[in-house]
Amino acid sequence: MDYWAKGCGLPRGGWYSVGVVALFIVLPFVYGNHDLLFNMMMYLALAQGINVLFGFTGYLPFGYVGFFGSGAYGASLAVLLLHLPPVLALLVGAVIAVLLALLLAPLLRLSGAYFAIASLAASEVVYYIVSNPHLESLTQGPYGISLARAYDADASYAAMVVVLALAFGVVVYLRNSHLGLALQAIREEPVSAEFAGVNVVRERTCAWLLSAALAGLAGGTYAWHVSVFYPKSVFDLNISVFAIVFTLFGGVATLLGPIVGTLLLYGLYNWIGISQPEYFQLVFGIVIVMLVLFLPNGLASLLRRVNVHVP
Amino acid sequence: MIAYTLLAGLLFGLYFSLVAVGLNLVFGVMRLINLAHGDFLMLGAFLAYGLYTAAGVNPVYAIPAEIVAFVLAGIALYYAVVPRLLSSRDPEMLSFILLFGLSQIIEALAVIAFGNDQRAIPATVFGARPVTVFGQTFPAAWVVSGVVSAAAILAVYLYLYRSRLGYATRAVMASRDEAASTGINVHRVSAIALGVGLALAAVAGAFSPFMLGSIEPDMGIRITTVSFAVIVIGSLGNPLGTVLGGLVYGLGLMLMETYFPSWADMLPYVLLILILLIRPSGLLGQRVRLA
Repeated sequence: MDYWAKGCGLPRGGWYSVGVVALFIVLPFVYGNHDLLFNMMMYLALAQGINVLFGFTGYLPFGYVGFFGSGAYGASLAVLLLHLPPVLALLVGAVIAVLLALLLAPLLRLSGAYFAIASLAASEVVYYIVSNPHLESLTQGPYGISLARAYDADASYAAMVVVLALAFGVVVYLRNSHLGLALQAIREEPVSAEFAGVNVVRERTCAWLLSAALAGLAGGTYAWHVSVFYPKSVFDLNISVFAIVFTLFGGVATLLGPIVGTLLLYGLYNWIGISQPEYFQLVFGIVIVMLVLFLPNGLASLLRRVNVHVP
Repeated sequence: MIAYTLLAGLLFGLYFSLVAVGLNLVFGVMRLINLAHGDFLMLGAFLAYGLYTAAGVNPVYAIPAEIVAFVLAGIALYYAVVPRLLSSRDPEMLSFILLFGLSQIIEALAVIAFGNDQRAIPATVFGARPVTVFGQTFPAAWVVSGVVSAAAILAVYLYLYRSRLGYATRAVMASRDEAASTGINVHRVSAIALGVGLALAAVAGAFSPFMLGSIEPDMGIRITTVSFAVIVIGSLGNPLGTVLGGLVYGLGLMLMETYFPSWADMLPYVLLILILLIRPSGLLGQRVRLA
């Protein structure tokens, strides 16, 4: 099998990711709204994180934001309580998210909608624990976190570029490796995959942890970038929903799908969503319904119909 | 104190059974999880609120209007999307996502139509005097909600077990294909079941201002999750099992609010995860789930 496209030094899809990452390195010099660029990168990374799990294994994590929030809190508490430098603290955030994912790994025994709702419930539980006033001495409860001392807009922007590159790297790897193939086999037919020698439990846990780590990193970097936030804002269900719909819209289990989906829909959100969120929500809902009825495999399937390979 | 907590738990338990029973009926008949369930409850609440503010209609008298409006809405919704969904490659996941989209649409339209303000119907609509039950005093609205819920669940029982339509409905629940092959009009039965499911949510909505707090357009998803917890505790696909789930949840909620108030909000989520992991078929479930 040609895992590596001939003639260029990168695996298939690699050049697209290098291009997008390079774009976000150059854009701040010519475009003033850095927060928009930062959020765009964050959703690109989260959409790829969703893609790793939902696209490749079929598990729809409604509670994905739980990992984002625990990454944000893990990194912030590492700065505030352990006095770690922010870059190390981001890794602590990712480790916390991965530990949470390990704790929740039994949820993978559930399938389909059960998993989706159970993961939503799990993220709510984490939210209620973090925001509980009784834990004020540890997490500041509902009063939120302030990282004013560590605030550094440029460094955190650079960190998000790295997170984005990592997220792309993971998906390019999955698109071109045995692990990715095994995961898609599990998605289609777990029993047959097991017969074919795929270690179903190990591979899907692997995807689960990878996707949690990406969300944890994105969450920690977000916390560093905004430096003041509340539990409600980093455990906001809309973060999961956005990332899921962006991924679905573009096309799951591809590298380009979530990129295109995020650029279009998050662009739309910034165009009408901030001033009139209800009209955006309406468009968003209609997009979801239309997708399911007419284009269940996303925009990427339009290209596949005319026989264009989507990396 | 404990007697008060238990009786209040019973009233809320009956009410939560009503909140969730429609979701379970729809799941039982169509095998799809109506993620817009809570949003239909919200619409039912706004209908009752509208009738109250426009004409002073007591929520109890709003029930017939709720039933007519939402049975029709359910039948229309069924024929618009469900047959197409059930014949797709992955009906369970696709319907889940589609109904999520529908929930977003309903919520957005509700904000556009009613604004983001919180609304309430004054509890004095049932008389200002509290009611005494077994020596414990409760707000009249709680008792009325409990009684209406019990009556609605009795009606569901009569519909499913004492009518010809219910007989056919249970046949469709047991096996869609076999029911079709015996000559049952599966689409008609399912469409009515979806209508009844939505109407039950809407009736629960009429009493939500007294039991769940103020009416607001974004209350839907929270109520859907709580309803899902309740039906999973009872037993998925068994509408009357919902009563057990509702009672367990109502009693649990009241005990938590009495003894650990700051942790009470976590209860439905913790219960949901525990039941799904330990006993996915619910407290009354008999079938063993595969894989």
